[in-house]
Amino acid sequence: MLTTWQAPGGSVEQAIRCGSATGPCLLVLPAWFDEANKTRHFTVETMRMLAQRGIGSVLPDLPGCNESMAALEAQTLSSWREAASAAAAHFGCSHVLAIRAGANLAPALPGFAYAPLAGKSALRALLRARTIAAKEAGRPETTESLLETGKAEGLELAGYRLGAAMVADLSQAALPDSPLAKLEPGGPGLWLRAEPEHNAEQAAALANLIAESVAR
Amino acid sequence: MTTDLPATVPQPDDTDTILRAILRDVLGLSDERVAELDESSGLFGYLPEFDSMAVAGLLTEVEDRCDILIEDDEVDGEMLETYGALLTFVSAKRAED
Repeated sequence: MLTTWQAPGGSVEQAIRCGSATGPCLLVLPAWFDEANKTRHFTVETMRMLAQRGIGSVLPDLPGCNESMAALEAQTLSSWREAASAAAAHFGCSHVLAIRAGANLAPALPGFAYAPLAGKSALRALLRARTIAAKEAGRPETTESLLETGKAEGLELAGYRLGAAMVADLSQAALPDSPLAKLEPGGPGLWLRAEPEHNAEQAAALANLIAESVAR
Repeated sequence: MTTDLPATVPQPDDTDTILRAILRDVLGLSDERVAELDESSGLFGYLPEFDSMAVAGLLTEVEDRCDILIEDDEVDGEMLETYGALLTFVSAKRAED
């Protein structure tokens, strides 16, 4: 079901909540940007399957993402981290499930990471997509100059307008040392697909791994 | 099932296998379609779903799985145009490291 919560910046954000309000509850931190779109179906399906296995979960919109009315350009890595922590507190989450670059935002809770991706690697892929497109269009750009401009003025990457602080934050963002257990449900990652697809078996495998671990 | 991959370019290593697996994952090709790729199979500019975002994802995955670093100025339409060109590039890159 859809519900709302308030991010530290004051914006009211949407969240999808699945499963019972009592018992374990996962804070789901989704993949970012284009990867978020490619894995949205998979992410929500995993939550439904977790609910069938007695585990609640909540998927909050980060400020500036999805249905959020907040400006993406105003966000920074720390504003997102604070938002993730605030959502965990608001919904009383006991665990985290971080998908891809979502792992950069995980609050101090036990839990799981699926194919964690460092913020700087996420930025690198976006910059690369832009330089390839620019080269094909006959107006080549370099990663270095884009990064320099981005840190000063912000940058539009794959349709996402990132602020200067976010570009600077991401360019430095290595994966934090985290106690999150890495999950391997098998099969190719859906974020790789040029044409978005779903994989119900993979979602079930991920839900099973989490349910087994939470029950222990 | 036998995986009798056609020997396109002489490969001293597993680059061919890795590249085919990545293309299968990125483009959602069946094992049969992947096995049919040969040196002249067209990629960038031939497959509508193979856009700049998909190419960026593919190159990042190649870097990860082959443990190489691909620089901006090495990426061009020619190196991505056919399967053979991509295979030659990645093989040479792996031999360097």
